[in-house]
Amino acid sequence: MEVNEVFEKVKGLFVEELGIDADKVTMEAKLEEDLEIDSLGIVEVVMAFEDEFSIEIDDEELTDVGTVGQAVNLLHSKL
Amino acid sequence: MKTALVTGGSRGIGRAIALELGKSCYVAVGYTSSKDSAEEVVGEIVKSGGEATAIQIDVTSSESIENAFTTIEKELNGVDILVNNAGITKDNILPRIKEDDWNDVINTNLTGSFKTSQRAIKHMMKNKWGRIVFISSIVGIVGNQGQANYAASKAGLIGLSKSIAKEMGSRSITSNVVAPGYIDTDMTAFLTDEQKDNIIEQLSIKRIGKPEDVANIVSFLSSEESEYITGQVIPVDGGITN
Repeated sequence: MEVNEVFEKVKGLFVEELGIDADKVTMEAKLEEDLEIDSLGIVEVVMAFEDEFSIEIDDEELTDVGTVGQAVNLLHSKL
Repeated sequence: MKTALVTGGSRGIGRAIALELGKSCYVAVGYTSSKDSAEEVVGEIVKSGGEATAIQIDVTSSESIENAFTTIEKELNGVDILVNNAGITKDNILPRIKEDDWNDVINTNLTGSFKTSQRAIKHMMKNKWGRIVFISSIVGIVGNQGQANYAASKAGLIGLSKSIAKEMGSRSITSNVVAPGYIDTDMTAFLTDEQKDNIIEQLSIKRIGKPEDVANIVSFLSSEESEYITGQVIPVDGGITN
């Protein structure tokens, strides 16, 4: 899967799962500051990623994920 | 209509809870081995115009839990209301408790409830609505002779429930504990009449409790109306811990 395909899927999950405005979901957007996702929201997104991409994400892998782009790259590297 | 899962729903307090919830929800009546009793409960709910299904769920087995939830999700939709009621006793005084008896009680009563709650919470988070009720016991609050393992498991449920309440409040998921006192079930059937009289003497309400006394509050804590009550422990004990 190409990076931009992963991005589109991720964007869809943010919009669907958390009701975030699609325009706000850019590669540069910061999860907590720009998208206002709380810690429980991050967990929800991760669970949705795991279901959507049939992968498992360890908590350690998430420590460096602060933006949508970083999440996309992490997922892309696992596919 | 909401979907409720009651573990250990075929007998005793669980049975009364399943019947009560059957008035307003689809009920999955969980059983470990008493399939016939579970189906009898389902029959009663259906006869009164409700909808229910019997589902095998051994809370000590992650595989069994997964199978049960998958089946419920297929047949009835995701679990909106989880009543963690399944429990066992292996009573003995502390010096005589075997490690296996300790582990069995903790695994079933505490770890089992953790596993079912963890499995159920996914759907509740997604749905932004959920009710979890743990059936603990007053011995989890005050302790009891010969029940160190059981009391520890029931006290553990209180910490588990209060933490879930704090974690999940923002998603309109509540978690509460109901702590029955002496209730007339198989678990208290061994009491002699004399022992019962002694217990009744300590109560403000002068009778042994009925499973329905517990079911009524569980039903309320499972409803829309209880949305502002979370992280609480509610004894249903005729006033014995008062």
